[in-house]
Amino acid sequence: MSITLPAARAASESQTLPAGAAPAPAAASAVATLESVVKRYGRTEAVRGLDLTLRRGEVVALLGPNGAGKTTAVRLLLGLISPDAGRVRVLGQDPRAARARIRIGAMLQVARVPEMLLVREHIELFRSYYPHPLPAAEVVRRAGLEGIESRRLGELSGGQRQRVLFGLALCGDPDLVFLDEPSVGMDLPSRRRLWDEVRGLAAAGKSVLLTTHYLEEADALAHRVVVLEKGRLLCEGTPAEIRQSVCGRRIRCVTRLEPDRLSALPSVTAVKRDREAVIIHAERAEEVLRRLLQEDPSLHGLEVCAAPLEDAFLALTGGDSHR
Amino acid sequence: MSTDTLAVQPNDIFRPLRILLKETQYELARLLRTRAYSLSVIGFPVMFYLLFGVANRGKPVALYLIAGYACMGVVSACLFGIGLALALERAQGWLDLKRASPMPRSAFLGAKVVSCAAFALIIVAVLVALGTSLGGIRITYAQAAALAGIALAGSIPFAAMGFLIAFLVPPNAGPGIINLIYLPLSFASGFWIPVRFLPHWLQVMAPALPTYHLAQIALAVFGFAPAGGMAVHWAVLGGFTVLMVAAAWITFERSEAKGS
Repeated sequence: MSITLPAARAASESQTLPAGAAPAPAAASAVATLESVVKRYGRTEAVRGLDLTLRRGEVVALLGPNGAGKTTAVRLLLGLISPDAGRVRVLGQDPRAARARIRIGAMLQVARVPEMLLVREHIELFRSYYPHPLPAAEVVRRAGLEGIESRRLGELSGGQRQRVLFGLALCGDPDLVFLDEPSVGMDLPSRRRLWDEVRGLAAAGKSVLLTTHYLEEADALAHRVVVLEKGRLLCEGTPAEIRQSVCGRRIRCVTRLEPDRLSALPSVTAVKRDREAVIIHAERAEEVLRRLLQEDPSLHGLEVCAAPLEDAFLALTGGDSHR
Repeated sequence: MSTDTLAVQPNDIFRPLRILLKETQYELARLLRTRAYSLSVIGFPVMFYLLFGVANRGKPVALYLIAGYACMGVVSACLFGIGLALALERAQGWLDLKRASPMPRSAFLGAKVVSCAAFALIIVAVLVALGTSLGGIRITYAQAAALAGIALAGSIPFAAMGFLIAFLVPPNAGPGIINLIYLPLSFASGFWIPVRFLPHWLQVMAPALPTYHLAQIALAVFGFAPAGGMAVHWAVLGGFTVLMVAAAWITFERSEAKGS
């Protein structure tokens, strides 16, 4: 009989939390906001009445299925498109203002970069746009580009190109960084290194907004997760809060009790058969456990754990594909 | 060290200029290293001159073609260097990344114009060198300088046309569509053969083409076109520039509204 107690799970979680991912101060000032923003493309509304706040020193992950409005939200905050209604403010200014842009770094989804320039040439060019750029060597170090500075972009692997794009986002020593799907195509060591850098940014008081398809990434990095669906905010909270609020905890066990009986237990939200066992989602797992053990002395194979963020996400977005 | 401290002064008035220079430096490097561009844009006028100019060594044709192929160089350098390259950058998301940075738009656009003008200048220099050696013709320094000036100024209207093409053309179809625009224009405007040898209906149509006016200005340097009426030709090119810039701007704003 194996029992993974929630407390043990929480302890192991807190061990993996880096120093930089300590909860951000809630009262810190807002560095970027969307206020009731609406954006239409033709007749489709990509964003409908979205409110979003990013505070100083905070890492916020935007999650949502394709077409949820994540990239549109980032493009609005970068001033690449203007809202049809509502207000966008970045560092107290309109995001189109040059004064705002010199304090912002952006990593966007770029299908191909100009391949004929060398890595260090791209860095030098982007550094020239900013009045107080980071030293080129620092950009190379932080983005993990050592040894490939003199390679053409066309010769790099997909993951290496992503690292170059991350480096370009850092060139201006920005206070606010937007990362749109940053770790796509990166191998595991590169991804871990990127995560460390993102945590470093937050620890230095910078703010980061990232969109990602990797729920693991949101879980590992974000102080706050914002789930979007069809251009609206579905819910927001710390990764743990989201898991808890949506799925509560997950109990797996082999029991003689009928699924109907299990569903009738207090706070149970879902019951699923999983081979010889059942999986029960419950908000108050302890209460359900007491009843289960009482009613079925033969109960065995018990496991209790916090539902993964992925479950919460699928539950929230109606089980759509999370790609 | 001292240059570094200068570089970080916030009210540095030379900063936009420095960005323009850096942007131009790398735009030129990029175009030169893109062999498909540099070899074809410089190579075609050179190859044509070796075939048709040198074959008519010492004859007026050998001089006429210097002016005609110089115009061809200007137009192709701009349409491929801006139209095609920018269409790709736009479709691949690179333009968005540049726009999200504090890079001044003027530096970005200016660098592209200057780079294409530089290519046009290279083409003129190579043609003049070929003409005076293998072509067996005489070109005065004043004529060469005038042709270089025309190539530089002529780059502006066709760079503007390149911007419009960049925002209109689907990038995959880019090379084909640009050839479909540029080859008929070259033929109908007297780049290859004098307009008076063309079919009558083309002769009537030619003055409606911006390339015709560029050709008239260049041909007048060697006396193949009337020296009078230059003001009209320049005015047409100026009007064409305004039209192209406005159309490119509107197209760009529209594509932005669609979010593509």
